[in-house]
Amino acid sequence: MTLPMLVVAALFVGVLAYALFGGADFGSGFYDLTAGGAVKGAELRTLVDHSIGPVWEANHVWLIYVLVMWWTAFPETFASTMSTLILPMLLALLGIVLRGASFAFRKYAGTLGQARLFGAIFAVSSVVTPFFLGAVAGAIASGRVPATGRGDLWSSWLNPTSMFGGAIAVGTCAFLAGTFLTADAVRSGADRLAEALRRRTLVVGVVTGAVVFAALVPLTRDAPTLTDGLAGRAAPLVVLSAVAGVATLVLLLRRRPAPARVTALAAVAAVVLGWGVAQYPYLLVDEITIADAAGAPATLRALLVAVVLAAVIVVPALTYLFRLTQSEDWTHH
Amino acid sequence: MTVSALTLQLLTAEDPAGLLPAREQMALSLGWHIVLACFGVAFPAMIFVVHRRGIVRDDPVALELAKRWSKVSAVLFAIGAVSGTVLSFEMGLLWPGLMGPFGDVLGLPFAFEGLSFFVEAIFLGIYLYGWGRMPPRRHLLMLVPMAAAGVVGTFCVISVNAWMNAPAGFTMVDGEVTNVDPWAAMFNDLVFMQFLHMWVAAFMVVGFAVSGVYAVGMLRGRRDPHHRLGFIVPFVFATVAALTQPFIGHLLGGNLGDRQPAKLAAFELAETTESPSPLRLGGVLVDGEVKWAIDIPVLGSLIAQNSFTEPVQGLDTIPEEDHPPVNLTHWAFQTMIGIGTLLAGAVVLFWFMRWRGRDLLERRWFLRFAAVSGPLAVVALEAGWIATEVGRQPWVVYGVLRTTEAAGSNSGLWWLLGATVVVYAGMTTGAVVVLRSMARRWRAGESDLPSPYGPEPREEVAR
Repeated sequence: MTLPMLVVAALFVGVLAYALFGGADFGSGFYDLTAGGAVKGAELRTLVDHSIGPVWEANHVWLIYVLVMWWTAFPETFASTMSTLILPMLLALLGIVLRGASFAFRKYAGTLGQARLFGAIFAVSSVVTPFFLGAVAGAIASGRVPATGRGDLWSSWLNPTSMFGGAIAVGTCAFLAGTFLTADAVRSGADRLAEALRRRTLVVGVVTGAVVFAALVPLTRDAPTLTDGLAGRAAPLVVLSAVAGVATLVLLLRRRPAPARVTALAAVAAVVLGWGVAQYPYLLVDEITIADAAGAPATLRALLVAVVLAAVIVVPALTYLFRLTQSEDWTHH
Repeated sequence: MTVSALTLQLLTAEDPAGLLPAREQMALSLGWHIVLACFGVAFPAMIFVVHRRGIVRDDPVALELAKRWSKVSAVLFAIGAVSGTVLSFEMGLLWPGLMGPFGDVLGLPFAFEGLSFFVEAIFLGIYLYGWGRMPPRRHLLMLVPMAAAGVVGTFCVISVNAWMNAPAGFTMVDGEVTNVDPWAAMFNDLVFMQFLHMWVAAFMVVGFAVSGVYAVGMLRGRRDPHHRLGFIVPFVFATVAALTQPFIGHLLGGNLGDRQPAKLAAFELAETTESPSPLRLGGVLVDGEVKWAIDIPVLGSLIAQNSFTEPVQGLDTIPEEDHPPVNLTHWAFQTMIGIGTLLAGAVVLFWFMRWRGRDLLERRWFLRFAAVSGPLAVVALEAGWIATEVGRQPWVVYGVLRTTEAAGSNSGLWWLLGATVVVYAGMTTGAVVVLRSMARRWRAGESDLPSPYGPEPREEVAR
């Protein structure tokens, strides 16, 4: 494996982790938004607070990791992507800022009125943000970001691939969050809540699956390079994703949300990984390959040191955090 | 905003459309984030002290302080995390001419900063939610990685800024960046002293700000052990920091005259080279002439050059196009020095009087001063950043890349600036409203602050 490939693989691990864990945090906004009035939705909103509260900041750091790896290892493409996709990037950033701030504010809000305001901002921005990140992915995957300079400000992300990318991102985030929240509700003994969440997760899963299928036709025309990859090299991942997605629905139907979390993660991971594999060897599709976009070799080697340190320091700490939050002691309170 | 008025002076016809809004955007978002970053760096150590005291001495007052501070940090760290993310995006959005060619030179410390941010966020999550769910001593230890991450994180971020002042780790060949050595860039000549300067500044800001909160409480007659401990712990941190800072600052500025003569000339308002140079207090440079300044003879040479005779190089020896905005740099620098000296003097006075058996916490004038010392420390922090950043102009990478070359051509950035002002004003308001309501409920005797959506009807009644 070449040096740029190693670094891009490490970077893509970050994309994957952010899509799965950050995605699940964003997705919880959908259930928060649709939980109903202050009294009716209280139980669900408390569950959301409790489920993502300890982990959202750590999960958010994956985004920072991706950005930093990207601009350090592939600087020119970072500059051109940011210049071209400034609008969806800024809208995603706005959502990230509003989501994080209002989530923290809501938890300690002094009155119900304030909590409702912060809660509404939190929920709406959580639902909307993945759309813009998905649109960014769509822009890159459909070859609309130039290797240097600046592409079109509007058509780069207002196009079929970006729109489907955004919709799929919103759907998969909500799907992930739904399985996690259902499992959390079951574990804390909130049976009625778990049942309501389970039903809504099933609906989200079916709709998201339908959107993914609907995307296949316009994608063939709008993003031929990506489609070729998806039908060729990445085909096993596409199949895996479909199987895991269906398995999740079946597990949810059979009221087994705990293993459904695993299959849901697998389904989404396969989609994201499929995108990466399908557009290989391009960093920016049709524009520049990973090898050509790479920065100085000395820097790539140094980044691998950072990656190894992350594996040694961050991964065990993160595992400890997740184990604590999923333990019995932390559930009941 | 005075910064904008002064940067307007800099505007010339050939500046790219994205330059001025990018500058203002960076100043606003960085100036806002830096205050919260200070809390991320310094607050865990202070929480550790009171939390440890609470456990080891079985002191309920200290333990209650630790609980409250951890809840406050939950709010502050959240908005610190998101405002830090804004900066990550802005690097590419605002400065494509810097990130494109130099991303692989300056990026490595950011990667390590990312790691320390990971560690901080993970252990923050564990610490915040660990109350009552973990063995007390292990729970306390969760603060240690947070404090350590603050040290590493500060070092890494400052490393990039130090590199912009003292570029290293690459060579320019025909306008191309070659021979990249990211380690040499990261461990540049300036990084260690500049890191110390910022790290200690963080303890000054947080120490004075938190102790000031309890000084306000004492002014309002709340003179219980809770307020005394809440004052004294951060004040001790602030004391050590305020007394160390002048030495660090002096060492950091030590060879500035060799490194960045234009910046030193602006700091000292030296239009011409005078031997020995005076220390020039106040004053404004108007049409190449210094007006309304108070000169203290020889002191300028002594402080800036460690010599009785060696002069500060005058601005008239430096090409006009390499001058920073002189007045802003000079005033920002002297504001920082003035406030720093005042705060150092105040802590000396406090401990001296205490040694003589008099407690200044009984004096209302001292409490009033302590109450404003936090905002003063923030002003000094911001002034210091303005001094070093504006003083580096017109360069973004000193001597290598001009700020005009780093900016993009996007005039739409003005919209972004407008939106940012609105969002940051909203975020500031939200934080103030929430933190004040937390303090009010704590004073009313509530200890746990339950989620306002709490399911128990008991809490619905309490609302």
